[in-house]
Amino acid sequence: MRKLLPHPGLTVLLILTWLMLVNEFKWGSLVFGTMLGVILPLLTAPYWPDRPVIRNWPAAIEYVLIVIWDIIKSNITVAMIVLFRPRAGLRPAWITVPVELTSPEAITVLAGTITMTPGTVTADIAADGRALLIHCLDAPDPDAVRDDIKARYEARLKRIFA
Amino acid sequence: MIFDLIISVFLVIAGIFGLVGSYGLVKLPDLMTRLHAPTKASTLGVGGALLASMGLALKQGSLSWHELLITLFLFLTAPITCNFIAKAWIARNADPAILPPTGTHRTWATLDLTEEPIEPVLTPPGKPGRPS
Repeated sequence: MRKLLPHPGLTVLLILTWLMLVNEFKWGSLVFGTMLGVILPLLTAPYWPDRPVIRNWPAAIEYVLIVIWDIIKSNITVAMIVLFRPRAGLRPAWITVPVELTSPEAITVLAGTITMTPGTVTADIAADGRALLIHCLDAPDPDAVRDDIKARYEARLKRIFA
Repeated sequence: MIFDLIISVFLVIAGIFGLVGSYGLVKLPDLMTRLHAPTKASTLGVGGALLASMGLALKQGSLSWHELLITLFLFLTAPITCNFIAKAWIARNADPAILPPTGTHRTWATLDLTEEPIEPVLTPPGKPGRPS
């Protein structure tokens, strides 16, 4: 079973994606989606050696909702900066955020979240994976940004992936 | 009537944020700050247009899933594109002195030219092709 379905989650996701692409439920689509869901994970399995394990589903759902809310806030903040802040008033900054997460999947989610949220973009990771390089569009207080990222996102990810 | 109003509101929001995102590209001073405008402001622009599109489909009595997929793919690809552009900029232009120290014993991955593997190791090397 494990050989036939190396990534059950990916299989389900592919079937759902296929049904959503077809945009209505047909049994034929379900059969074809299932074929895709079995064949694609088999062919790509060498690139996905680990299975990310989500230990805490309620926390994961809470995280998604928080991130969506932050994306909306971040859009408005950045729009305001673009429209009303004179160029000279902008204080861009580079900051280092030490990372305690160890799983590559968790670090990827954290980096993606930082890029999608208020005025911050993930630029690089330390070669040993223990720190992220963040660029801030406007950061009068870089330390506060770092603490906010650690408390708001990393602490939650630790509970989800730990 | 109320449905038309809601759809119009979403379309107007989408238009405003799309415009601000593009204006940000022109206004902000350098590449790293410019990166912020399209990744953020346009997300809500596209999101608003997609919500309006879903609303229209609902009004015509059908449920459309394509918009959810577009949102998903957008959220998966936007941070990665952004990260690639930032890394390319660091590799080509950045003076390493302007970047803050990592606080660990190795430098940033883009600047690290040693033979040591980048950690955390993502893929234990396996043979390509079908797993046996």
